[in-house]
Amino acid sequence: MSGHNESILREPLITGNDITYSKITNDILMPVENKPNRAWWIGFIVSLMGATLWLVAVSYTFWNGIGSWGLNKSVGWAWDITGFVWWVGIGHAGTLISAVLLLFRQNWRNSINRSAEAMTIFAVICAATYVVSHMGRPWLAYWVLPLPNQFGSLWVNFNSPLVWDMFAISTYFSVSLLFWYTGLLPDIATIRDRATGVRRRIYSIFSFGWSGNVKTWQRFEAVSLILAGISTPLVLSVHTIVSMDFATSVIPGWHTTIFPPYFVAGAIFSGFAMVLTLLLVARKVLGLENYITMFHIESMNKIIILTGSIVGVAYLTEFFIAWYSGSEYEAYAFVNRSTGPYWWAYWMMMTCNVISPQLLWFKKIRLSIPATWILSIVVNIGMWFERFVIIVTSLHRDYLPSSWVMFSPTWVDVSVFVGSIGVFFTLFLLFLRVLPSIAIAEVKLLLKSASEQAKMEQIKDGHLNKVYVDEYVESLEKFDSVKQEEYAKI
Amino acid sequence: MSNIKYILGSFGDPDEMMHGIEQLQANNISIHDVYTPMPIHGIEAKLGVKRSRLDIFAFFCGITGTMSAFALIYLTSVVDWRNNIGGKPSFALPDFIPIMFELTILFTAFGLVGSYYASTHLFPGRAPRVMDLRATDDRFVIAVDAQQNADHTKIDGLLKDAGALEVKHNERKYISYE
Repeated sequence: MSGHNESILREPLITGNDITYSKITNDILMPVENKPNRAWWIGFIVSLMGATLWLVAVSYTFWNGIGSWGLNKSVGWAWDITGFVWWVGIGHAGTLISAVLLLFRQNWRNSINRSAEAMTIFAVICAATYVVSHMGRPWLAYWVLPLPNQFGSLWVNFNSPLVWDMFAISTYFSVSLLFWYTGLLPDIATIRDRATGVRRRIYSIFSFGWSGNVKTWQRFEAVSLILAGISTPLVLSVHTIVSMDFATSVIPGWHTTIFPPYFVAGAIFSGFAMVLTLLLVARKVLGLENYITMFHIESMNKIIILTGSIVGVAYLTEFFIAWYSGSEYEAYAFVNRSTGPYWWAYWMMMTCNVISPQLLWFKKIRLSIPATWILSIVVNIGMWFERFVIIVTSLHRDYLPSSWVMFSPTWVDVSVFVGSIGVFFTLFLLFLRVLPSIAIAEVKLLLKSASEQAKMEQIKDGHLNKVYVDEYVESLEKFDSVKQEEYAKI
Repeated sequence: MSNIKYILGSFGDPDEMMHGIEQLQANNISIHDVYTPMPIHGIEAKLGVKRSRLDIFAFFCGITGTMSAFALIYLTSVVDWRNNIGGKPSFALPDFIPIMFELTILFTAFGLVGSYYASTHLFPGRAPRVMDLRATDDRFVIAVDAQQNADHTKIDGLLKDAGALEVKHNERKYISYE
């Protein structure tokens, strides 16, 4: 790190002129070390109401069975699996940011990885609750485990993608948790060493006795890199296996080999949208504009355009293959999707996932916080409809016209879904209060190389090519946290 | 002999701290350890911390995971209780691969992180052995064993010259037990 300057052509990852190591700690720990403000309480109370609704709806389902949902004999999966796949998809951004971007040495991940990973864990918790509650007899949920043959039933069927899914989701959850928690240790130690009394004791237990000596840090980096290396194929495998829940069946509209890559792209797409939805608010409310900059927002928007376009291509390919395969069932499923009774869901999906993200090609929109925020929510709505379209439109036209039906959700279906969003936000808001929302140690690493002030010093030194400097200063125009007057003086 | 146990040089800048390490080493003063709020690249070579063998261990954990998954599936669905699914073979290796893959990752991750925690003595509730409370915040701290290196004024001078903002003489090794 010493004597190593980052190229002036790269945008700064930390803005502001008075950033020191202690300011980074103070800024990031502000919400953890102080009493929450009114905005937090309002958000928390609303989320908690949602979580209560979830508790009521899930308890009702457990008590009365899944007959309390709107399922019927043709549509046996609807909002439950839609919600499950939606949440698992959202859970993909965290590991993608922390693992894939680490392998690609994308330093901008350093200030968003922590909250994205937290989001991943909470989203996977929401997804897992769906899996358990859709089983009908959730107290027998352990039957999905390969337990010895002492219950009068057989071993689990290892040829079934549902069993693969159980392994994939639980591996993903536990590995993400390990990765997240190991990364948190130095930051928990920072809180510990600044706290007093009971708080210090509590954080002391959770810091695992972290001291920050040379060997621990060196091993820490080795562990992070290996975990990133194994999490990258893991994150790709999880949604691949989720897609196989559908793709290995013989239902028209599900039985396609394009599902794994298409689901993975969709998962990254929805995950980044959710990261933006959360971070655009958190950045403003917690005053983190210097760490989560416009560059971060723009980079995430670019990933959204890319993955959104992959999803768009996948939709069109599916349609083409449905015709080209010559399978009339497949062709009917797709014509029915786009023009049948669920046409509105199909076009909702098309508009939200394929058409509206293309607006992000415009720099003005990509760099506008309100527009980005609205588009991120639109993407999330679109991705929910994508799963709804895949699941319900394929099932509601059975092979016999006498079993053709429509699906209508009951209040329990709606409450479980709305409530799961409440659970997610409750967990996320609690996280913001008790743990640092940005990886403190990793951001400190950027201060001397990739911050605005380090680059300012480089410019002041005056050994740089003027063309490059001008280009750099021009790139700073998009930052809402940079004072342009400073550069006019030089 | 004074009862000072450790001399701590507290730096505000990682590059100055690296310079401090060089200065001490040039004067044959052994460094006990260095505590920093973030990883410092290149420091392990200076202080002679050996390359980690965690990766080798993790690899063997991964192999164990692959084998365990294969053994589990093979012994249950090929040896113990064959299912006739449309007359297809029970030993359907392609179907085994997803779980073999997942358990490889699972075993690697747990083996790796477990051995990391064990080798660096991290576990829940362990008393933190902290010499300077600001070493997890904004200070880069070099700790020198005062009993082994007798010339305290020389150490103070070297640390200050290298840019230490503060030099502390601690009579206790770890202040965090108070």
